[in-house]
Amino acid sequence: MSYISKPKVTHPGLPRNELGMTIREYEGGMSTLCAGCGHDSVTRALVQAAFELSIPPHRMAKLSGIGCSSKTPAYFLRQSHGFNSVHGRMPSVATGANAANRDLFFVGVSGDGDSLSIGLGQFAHAVRRNLNMLYVIENNGVYGLTKGQFSASADIGSTAKKGEENLQPPMDPCQLVISLGGSFVARSFSGDKEQLVPLLKAGLMHDGFAVVDVISPCVTFNDHEGSTKSYQYTRDHYHPAIFADYIPPSEEIRAQYDEGDAMPVTLHDGSQIVLRKADPDYDPGDVASAIEYLQRHRDAGEIVTGLLYIDEQKPEMHALNKSVAEPMSSLPFQRLCPGSGALKSLQDRFR
Amino acid sequence: MSKGPKENEFTIKIANVNGTGSASANALLMKVFFRMGIPVVGKNYFPSNIQGLPTWYEIRVSGDGYLARSGRVDLLIAMNAETYQQDLHEVAPGGYLLYDSTWPRRKQLHRDDINVIGIPLSKMCNEHFDTARARVLMKNVAYVGAVAALLDLDMDIIRESLQKTFAAKKHLLDANQTAISLGYDYAKENFACPLPFRAKSIDKTSGHIMIDGNTATALGCLYAGATVGAWYPITPSTSVMDAFKNFCEKHRRDPDTGQRDFAIIQAEDELAAIGMVLGAGWAGARAFTPTSGPGISLMSEFLGYGYFTEIPAVVIDVQRCGPSTGMPTRTQQADIMACAYASHGDTRHVLLFPSNPEECFYMAVQSFDIAGRMQTPVIMLTDLDIGMNDWMCRDLQWDDGYERDRGKVLSPETLERMPRFHRYLDIDEDGIPYRTFPGDHPRGAYFTRGSGHNMYGAYTEDAGEYQEVVDRLRRKWETAKKYVPKPAMEYSEKYRTGIISVGSCDDAVREARDQLKATGVGTNYMRVRAFPFTNEVQNFLDTHDRIYVVEQNRDAQLRGLLLLETDVEQDKLVPVLHYNGLPLTADIVFDAVNEDLKKGVAA
Ligand SMILES: Cc1ncc(C[n+]2csc(CCOP(=O)(O)OP(=O)(O)O)c2C)c(N)n1
Ligand code: SF4
Ligand SMILES: [Mg+2]
Repeated sequence: MSYISKPKVTHPGLPRNELGMTIREYEGGMSTLCAGCGHDSVTRALVQAAFELSIPPHRMAKLSGIGCSSKTPAYFLRQSHGFNSVHGRMPSVATGANAANRDLFFVGVSGDGDSLSIGLGQFAHAVRRNLNMLYVIENNGVYGLTKGQFSASADIGSTAKKGEENLQPPMDPCQLVISLGGSFVARSFSGDKEQLVPLLKAGLMHDGFAVVDVISPCVTFNDHEGSTKSYQYTRDHYHPAIFADYIPPSEEIRAQYDEGDAMPVTLHDGSQIVLRKADPDYDPGDVASAIEYLQRHRDAGEIVTGLLYIDEQKPEMHALNKSVAEPMSSLPFQRLCPGSGALKSLQDRFR
Repeated sequence: MSKGPKENEFTIKIANVNGTGSASANALLMKVFFRMGIPVVGKNYFPSNIQGLPTWYEIRVSGDGYLARSGRVDLLIAMNAETYQQDLHEVAPGGYLLYDSTWPRRKQLHRDDINVIGIPLSKMCNEHFDTARARVLMKNVAYVGAVAALLDLDMDIIRESLQKTFAAKKHLLDANQTAISLGYDYAKENFACPLPFRAKSIDKTSGHIMIDGNTATALGCLYAGATVGAWYPITPSTSVMDAFKNFCEKHRRDPDTGQRDFAIIQAEDELAAIGMVLGAGWAGARAFTPTSGPGISLMSEFLGYGYFTEIPAVVIDVQRCGPSTGMPTRTQQADIMACAYASHGDTRHVLLFPSNPEECFYMAVQSFDIAGRMQTPVIMLTDLDIGMNDWMCRDLQWDDGYERDRGKVLSPETLERMPRFHRYLDIDEDGIPYRTFPGDHPRGAYFTRGSGHNMYGAYTEDAGEYQEVVDRLRRKWETAKKYVPKPAMEYSEKYRTGIISVGSCDDAVREARDQLKATGVGTNYMRVRAFPFTNEVQNFLDTHDRIYVVEQNRDAQLRGLLLLETDVEQDKLVPVLHYNGLPLTADIVFDAVNEDLKKGVAA
């Protein structure tokens, strides 16, 4: 049997969350990715985020496309339903699943190939629908699973392992999503858990489509000198613009933020994201200036990270549809079927 | 072979320019026959265009109840000067051509063997109506008035029909009534009315409705309790979702809060539409997508995914004329093979084949039940002829005792009692495993993957484990035979000659069989209603010496499927094919069978 299950070791001393669960119960199967792959760090960050938010694992649905990145839902939250769909089409599956059951937490994991090439259409339209889910792009500038071809996020001049240079301009998912009218856009780095975990938590709690673009180096095909998606390059050009702290509704804001410096955003459930700017001239609530800022820093070769844009007021898919509050999948049949009497009378117009 | 016109047996064809508002006048005309109790069918031949191109509407009236396309025209109403020549040729010898003689065309519109009726429709309408729009529209209504005189239609019924349609719009009612009278009076005064063939009220339509297949399909989806519909617009399937939306807005919205018990999602393409349906099916909702051939092509990757991961989904393929974009507003049955094995790898899908709107309603419901029971995509194949034309059907019935078959779904309570759950175990030895819905219970969690998986649902690349799963899927396919509808059969031990057909061929085949019988050729008949083929299909093949397989595609796809999936000698199955985009007629079947029989005699 090729299925690998992690040995379950109970650590009596492990901290427990509000549900009384330890972080172990948020883990999944053993990863089969290359040792050192950025994706594994993102997996761990997702485990921590779900654990800290005390999300009941079975209330979460995890979906993905195809790629090394898309394999990772098997490696976290083993008590959640998982859906490893076809290449580039996870957004549609998530849309349907969310339409059927709006009560679940949806997390999607995708790659730069999966989201920006084959799946760009579906990705863009999930943004437009403001589908209520956390959508993580594990961005390594290459197609890992098919052995290192350039992806659409590869920078001009970035070289492949054998020296080939990328000549086409890159797509920046963050700029793209902001311009498409997205409601939550963040970027982080698999190597910066401190920044990533709060962003994932905020994204999970955001009522709408939360995109987190995570630079997640591929150690096997894109971590060499000359690559602009390597660990080293990312660290060297890292530019955190906004720090985001996620504060659950039950907790008071304890940290002291200087006024004008901190910007609390209240989420639909009463929790808050407190934004702290590293750059005073950055406004994560303004489309035009956010895009301008990102472009300017990109031109300067910097990788801007943090919660780059948020609009908590945009209605998500079900709000736009005026859907019933309860999941469609559990509506009683009697309520859905108009019955024989109605069938009789509605046929009058066909006579 | 079709006989000349007589009382309550004739065909009217109306040549219009699209975008001129002729549809409602033509529908009115068709409904009048229906309301006079005479069986009738209306078929629309329209261009893939919004305005300005030729379009035809054909009304076949048949007291005997033959409602396939007749293939002949007894009265042609020529309202499009651009198609005069073509239209003139179509009139059967002894038939009639009515045209707008505001611009006389005595020379151009002449044939020795037909009668030409000129009525100055434009002139009369220009004199009676003020606005340009009204003049164009009322011209159509005026020819209905003329036909009423020529065919002796029931004027009370026309009046009532107008009143019903324009109950809230008095000025439109008046205008329409005036236009009817203009045509009616002119015809009465200038021609010998009624014509030798005419309409006479009988009582053969009570208990029936006139409905198109797409509306009936939408009703089926509504009654089946579908809550998620995803689609990308494509003719001729678009009106399925239009109708579903209308029904849902009426029957599935809270009158106070306006909240919807349904989600209709206009997808970005068909790849997304089927992805949404699979996502919704996986999460426990009844979900469907209507589409046509090009959509099936795009959905193929996901259809294979749905088959392999065992997710219920309902796809409605309203077939149109291929290949490629083909003739998108013409009918065909040429997606049979593409649907049966849609996707790469060893993939096969359950197909249902309704033959008319009535069956669309029931089979739509059945599609959801089978998809749920078998945990697999089900494709219901209709076509443009069924989907977009008005057919006379028996009243649709609903059994309030109906219960959805959601198949083997484990409830949270059951999961609570189970030590563990494995997604793909064949516990009941029928090939169908158990499934769970996300969110129901921690023990129900499993991982859905299109990659190799073993019977426990875990990833595998092990030869044996993989094969075990695909072999079980094949066993599940055998089980499906228990749940799919059996073929419709007309069988007598007397005959060794059989006809097999599918879907919208049915009416033409029935009519052809009667014609054959009248010439001494008795046949048995089987209309295939589903794939996989059940034992009845094999029996029919076994018990006949020569079998005509009638279908609307060039490559004999149903015949091909029979050859692949049953045990039958190739020579026994004689293809009878029609694929020019127009619906099948009885003559085509009659002639093909006769020709083959003659060959047999000569050999
Ligand atoms: C329809 C289709 N075409 C091609 C492939 C092959 N394929 C698998 S993964 C992949 C690229 C994945 O790249 P990315 O999304 O960046 O994931 P990564 O492996 O880099 O994490 C491709 C092209 C496929 N699975 N399906
Ligand atoms: S190939 Fe690259 S992306 Fe794939 S697992 Fe290895 S390091 Fe990660
Ligand atoms: Mg990649």
